Amino acid sequence: MAQLAAVVGVGQTKYKTKRKDVSIAGLVREAAIAALEDADLTWDDIDAVILGKAPDMFEGIIMPELYLTDALGCNGKPMLRVHTAGSVGGSTAIVAASYVQSGVFKRILTVSFEKQSESNAMWALSNPQPFSPHLNAGAGGYFAPIIREYMRRSDAPYDAGIKVAVKDRLHGARNPLAHLQLPNITMKEVEDSPMLWEPLRFLEACPSSDGACAMIIANEDLATKSPRKPAWIRGTAMRSEPTMYAGREQVNPQAGIDCAKDVYAQAGIHNPRKDLDCAEVYVPFSWYEPMWLENLGFADVGKGWELTMNNATSLIEGGDIPWNCSGGVLSSNPIGASGMIRFAEAAQQVRGEAHGHQVEGAKTALGHAYGGGAQFFSMWVVSADKP
Amino acid sequence: MRDVAIVAFAQSNCQRDAGAQNEVELIMPVLQEVYKQAGITNAQDVDFTCSGSCDYQQGAAFAFVAGVDALGAVPPIKESHVEMDAAWALYEAWLKIQMGHAESALLYGFGKSSPGELPIVLSQQLDPYYLAPLWVDSIAFAAMQARTMLDSGAITELDMAEVVARSRNNALSNPYAQLKSDGDAASLLDEPMYMSPLRRHDCCPISDGACAMIICTVEKAEEWGKPYAVIKGIDHRIETHHIGSRDLSRSVSTEIAGKAAGVASGPVDVAELYAPFSHQEIILKQALGLSDDTVINPSGGVLAGNVMMASGLSRVGEVAMRIIRGEAKRGVAHATSGPCLQQNLVTVLEAK
Repeated sequence: MAQLAAVVGVGQTKYKTKRKDVSIAGLVREAAIAALEDADLTWDDIDAVILGKAPDMFEGIIMPELYLTDALGCNGKPMLRVHTAGSVGGSTAIVAASYVQSGVFKRILTVSFEKQSESNAMWALSNPQPFSPHLNAGAGGYFAPIIREYMRRSDAPYDAGIKVAVKDRLHGARNPLAHLQLPNITMKEVEDSPMLWEPLRFLEACPSSDGACAMIIANEDLATKSPRKPAWIRGTAMRSEPTMYAGREQVNPQAGIDCAKDVYAQAGIHNPRKDLDCAEVYVPFSWYEPMWLENLGFADVGKGWELTMNNATSLIEGGDIPWNCSGGVLSSNPIGASGMIRFAEAAQQVRGEAHGHQVEGAKTALGHAYGGGAQFFSMWVVSADKP
Repeated sequence: MRDVAIVAFAQSNCQRDAGAQNEVELIMPVLQEVYKQAGITNAQDVDFTCSGSCDYQQGAAFAFVAGVDALGAVPPIKESHVEMDAAWALYEAWLKIQMGHAESALLYGFGKSSPGELPIVLSQQLDPYYLAPLWVDSIAFAAMQARTMLDSGAITELDMAEVVARSRNNALSNPYAQLKSDGDAASLLDEPMYMSPLRRHDCCPISDGACAMIICTVEKAEEWGKPYAVIKGIDHRIETHHIGSRDLSRSVSTEIAGKAAGVASGPVDVAELYAPFSHQEIILKQALGLSDDTVINPSGGVLAGNVMMASGLSRVGEVAMRIIRGEAKRGVAHATSGPCLQQNLVTVLEAK
C-alpha cells in the first residue's frame, strides 16, 4: 500500500530568455536551495535526488545529472534521471513521489530544468531520424494542424486562442518569476502579432526560457512536522500511446482521457470543475486550453472554448475554475521544467503560498503535463487536506 | 520491503553494427521472448513499463519515443523512461511495486552505438564548462584510473590480463557474446598498448542490441506458475563528478550501494559486474567485498559485449537466469554509469 507523501518545499528560479548570470549547475542549485529554505532543511536532510529534463540535445550535454551531482549535494546518495519528453517535469515529480510513497525513502529532492539559451530547441528537435519522416517545423508546426481540426469540429470562435493568450499573460503579470511580463497585453495586440503556424500567432505561443524548479517531498511523519503547510499528494498517474497509428485520435488523445480518469479516481474527484479549486495545465499553445478542458473532463467535448470565452478559467475575472494562475507555459517555458512547474504551482496553491496569483481558499488542485506528439501524459492531484 | 520476482529475461546478440535495424527492430525480438517466457501476450498484460536509453547514441532527440512503437501501446499504457541504463528502469519499477501501484512490470534497455564514435560521444557527458571542451574520451579516463592503480602497486598488468582472459574464456559458453577466445593472460600481455596502460582487450567492445525483463510480485509469479528469482535488495548511489576529488582505486558509491542492498548478509555464488575496463572489475570486487569463492562474470561480462543502456539490466538478468536454472542460490548484479564508475547500482538476488 502506498505511503502518504507531501510536498513540503518548493523552489523556482526566475524564468527568462537567457540566464547568463548562472551556469547550469548554478541554475539547478538556485531552485534546489530555494526549496530547501522553503522547507527549512539543509542538504543533509535529503535522502535522494530525482532529476528530470527534456532531450539532452537541448543543452548538448549527455546525462547532465552526472555533472550536476555535486551542485545538488548528491555525493554518496541515489540519483535518478527521468526523460519522458515534454511531460518529463511531471513524470519526474511522480517518480520522485514514488521514492517516498514506496516507504524506501523519507525525504527526497526533485529538480527539473532547461537552459534553452545554451542551444536551440527547435533545431535539436528537428534532427532527422533514420527511417522516419522528417519534421522540420518544431512543436508549433506539429500541433497547428491538430488545432485546426479542433476548430473545425467544435466550431469555436476564431478568437478563443487569443483570449487564452491574454488571460495567461495577465496571470503571469501577477507572478514575479514568470518570464513574460505583459501586464497591459490586449486581444488586439495578440491578434496583430505575426502568424507563425496558422492559426497560431507569435503571442499565442510559449516563450523559450531558462529556468529550474525543485520540490522536496516528505513522508507523513516529516511532512506533519514541516514548518509550512504541506501539499498532500492525493493521486498520481501517467499514460503513453504511440505517436502515430491508424485511427489515432489526436485532438482528444485517449492517453490524456485515461490518465485524468485514473488520477481523479485516486483523489476522489467526481466532477473536476466542481471538485478542484484550480488547475495548472500544460498549455504551450493558446488553443490547448479549450482542447485540454475537454480532454480532462472540465467541459463536454466541443464545449471547452465556452469556458474560456466565459472567463471560467480566469483568476482575474473571478472564474469558478482558474487555469494557470501562475501564467502557465505561455508565460514561462523552460521545457524540461515546465511540467514540474505545473505540479509545483498546484502544490503552492493548496499550501496557500501562491502570493499574487493565489486562488483564495484553494484546497485541491490539479498539476498536468504532456509531451511528445501529445502522447505522454502525467498528472497529480494535491490537497491541503491530509487523506 | 517486499520481495520482487524476476520471471523473464531476454537479450539480443551483442553485435558491432546492427546495420539498418532501427530501435523497434532491436527491441521487438527481446520483447517477444520475455512475453513468451512469462506466458503473456504483450505490454497490455503488465501494470507498468519502463525503459532505459540515451538519445546521443543514435544522435536524435527523443530516440526513446520510437521504442514505444514496439510496445503495442493501444489502448494507452502506464509507461516511463530513464535516460540511464535500464537497470535504473528496473529500480523505478521496483519502487512502483513497493508502493502497490503495480503488480507486474516490463523493462527494456536498448542502444545503437554504431552510428557514432562512442568514446568521443561520451566525452560530452562530462562537466560542460571544464571537462567536455577538452574532449577527454571515456577510454582516456579509464586509462588514467588504471595508471593510478598500477603506479600505487594495487594491481599489475597481469592482473588486468587475467580478468580479460577469464572473461573471454567464459564468453565461449555465451551465445550472445561478441568477443570470445581461449587464450591465456600471458599471451594477452604480448599485445601492443592501445591507450597506455590499456591494451585494446582491456576495453569493452562497442555493441548494438537490446534486452528485456519482466518482474512482478511473488504472488503474481506464483499465479503465473513461472519459475523466478527474487530481488532481496537493490540500491544505487552516485559520487562526485570531479575525478580529482576521488580515490580512483576505490568505488565508494558501489561500497555504499552494496551495503544498502545487503550483499554481505549471505554467501555470493555468482556476481555479474558491469566493468567496462578490466581493472574496474578488480575495483568492484573489492568494493562489494566479494571473496574468491564468488564466480565473477560467468557470462564474460561487458568485456565480451557491451550494449550501452542495456548492459546493466542484462547483468541482473544473467544472475536471475542462473538462479532460475538452479546454477546458483544467491547472486549479485551490478550496473554502472559515468566516467570511472561514477554511478553504481547493486542488486542482490536469491532463489525462491
